[in-house]
Amino acid sequence: MIELDRLTRTFQLGDEEVHALEDVTETIRAGEHVAIMGPSGSGKSTLLHLIGCLDRPTSGSYRFEGRETADLGEGELDALRQRRFGFVFQAFHLVGRLTARQNVELPLVFAGIESGRRRQRSQEVLEAVGLAHRARHRPSELSGGERQRIAIARALALAPSVLLADEPTGNLDRRSGDTVLDLLGTLHAGGLTVLVVTHDPRVAHRAERVLMMEDGRIARRIPREGLAEALAHWGIEEPR
Amino acid sequence: MTALDVLGFSGGALLGHRLRSALSLTGVTIGIAAVVVLTALGEGARRYVVEQFAAIGSDFVAVLPGKVETRGAIPGLGGTTHDLTLEDVAALRREIAGARHVEPVVMGTETIAAGERRRQVLVAGVTADFVHVRNVSVRRGRFLPRLGLDRGAPVAVLGASVAEELFPGVDPIGQVVRIGGRRCRVVGVLTARGQQLGMNMDEVALIPVATGMQLFNRSSLFRILISARPGVPLESLRDRAHEVLIARHREDDVTLLTEDSVVSSLSAILGVLTLALAAIATISLGVAGIGIMNVMLVSVSERTAEIGLLKAVGASRREILACFLAEAAMLSSAGGLAGLLIGWLGVRVLVGVFPALPASPPAWAVASALVLSVAVGSVFGYLPARRATRLDPVEALSGR
Ligand SMILES: Nc1ncnc2c1ncn2[C@@H]1O[C@H](COP(=O)(O)OP(=O)(O)O)[C@@H](O)[C@H]1O
Ligand SMILES: [Mg+2]
Repeated sequence: MIELDRLTRTFQLGDEEVHALEDVTETIRAGEHVAIMGPSGSGKSTLLHLIGCLDRPTSGSYRFEGRETADLGEGELDALRQRRFGFVFQAFHLVGRLTARQNVELPLVFAGIESGRRRQRSQEVLEAVGLAHRARHRPSELSGGERQRIAIARALALAPSVLLADEPTGNLDRRSGDTVLDLLGTLHAGGLTVLVVTHDPRVAHRAERVLMMEDGRIARRIPREGLAEALAHWGIEEPR
Repeated sequence: MTALDVLGFSGGALLGHRLRSALSLTGVTIGIAAVVVLTALGEGARRYVVEQFAAIGSDFVAVLPGKVETRGAIPGLGGTTHDLTLEDVAALRREIAGARHVEPVVMGTETIAAGERRRQVLVAGVTADFVHVRNVSVRRGRFLPRLGLDRGAPVAVLGASVAEELFPGVDPIGQVVRIGGRRCRVVGVLTARGQQLGMNMDEVALIPVATGMQLFNRSSLFRILISARPGVPLESLRDRAHEVLIARHREDDVTLLTEDSVVSSLSAILGVLTLALAAIATISLGVAGIGIMNVMLVSVSERTAEIGLLKAVGASRREILACFLAEAAMLSSAGGLAGLLIGWLGVRVLVGVFPALPASPPAWAVASALVLSVAVGSVFGYLPARRATRLDPVEALSGR
């Protein structure tokens, strides 16, 4: 579903070129649950943004569902982000003036879905994240974990095929983090492709495989089989 | 995304910052209120003048010495200008068949005194036919006697307030007044009429034209007024009088006005004044627009992450542009509506204070104020909105 071939992303910082991503080649199949790990600045977020078509590569090829994304126009990329990808961010990025329900309905509004259908769909996803009873609350009235679950509900609103989460538990305490991870696990079990960028070993332990990044490259691929041993070997133990 | 959704989303953003929104739209409110009040004033002045003219009576041609020309000298000051004389009046009476009355007028300001009471007054030298040309009538006594053009007489007809001031509680008819030192007997008092085009007929004293010429020591008349016989068009009367005077003076050195041309030229002048006032008020709208631009720029930079999120959920540039433009346009049109309301109240207050002034904003001004207020938001909101669409979503989301 996601085929990356020597994908490179270079940023120009003054005179200096920063190679955020260099020659990344990787294939992610539909329904996979992949964790992307690595030290800060190793290019994890950049990779996620490229996969989600929020950013365009400097060179290399990215085929999504068989189509070369470099050939797609702005409108087609907008449509991909709208219908195929759901984003979840470390900072939640909920709109403070809107209620939980209105935040969840935001993608539906921009997708031109009429209000009756909007309400029905937002109810469905709010129930799916277990927060239907918080629909009228504003983000400031919700706990961190609840905010992230609302953000996940928003990402799910238009039934995407890939969920892209960038350190979704980074701002959460352990308990709320677990709730969020349970939710991601459930969604994956339901057939969703899930890509999670994380520092958190607990997140990695729930994934089917892990991509370890270093200096803009995928340094190691840890497969599903023997994930626990490999993680332990690399010092990434599941905390008790 | 439907238009209603755009309005809902943008309206919600505005309501999220009530005070800031309200403050930023007051500029537009003031601008639009200024357009409404100032154009209402200008339009009121224009209508006032037109109505005043209409009250004078409209069926005469006025002849002025000198040529009123935009490129020429000020009338009366040109060295070669011939006087407008009583002989000219006699000639016009003789030679224009279509003229009903040819009425000379000479003017001056003099002191009028009755016993110890005295005041300055506008003195007009006219003939007995003046009542037929100007819209005046005699309340008490008689009008001036019918005399030969060049015959004076020591008589006067007083305007209503002049008579009241000089002879409070006394019948003025038959009394003696001194006008510029000359004794004149009061033969009549005019009906009170009030102000008519800068000339208050209640504040005048009328004397025979020949007496006036002597009194003011003038060789030229101030005006000759020619009224038409029934069925004679004013234009032909004017053209005929023009020919006669050119023949007599051997050059074209007079100005002939009909009431229509006076009204339309004054009306045009005041119309331009109204436009100028509207233009000045519009400048304040420009200032208001910059206020809106400023608050929208603040809004865009505060909501950087929100804009990044909108990109992430698939909002197109056009939709983001539409949302921010709608926000600016809603701000300015709300300001515009408030401005219309306040302007309308202002005009009501104005009319309350100056009841004589028929002040009301012209329809074009109200319509363009509304269009302008939406335009101000759209134009000045464009730059911030475009900035929003150009944000890089990744940088916007990471707060870089
Ligand atoms: N917009 C940008 N401009 C310049 N450099 C950037 C930009 N985005 C990322 N980088 C650089 O690219 C590298 C990878 O960044 P990122 O993908 O955010 O790393 P990670 O998410 O793994 O911490 C870093 O060195 C970062 O400084
Ligand atoms: Mg990152």
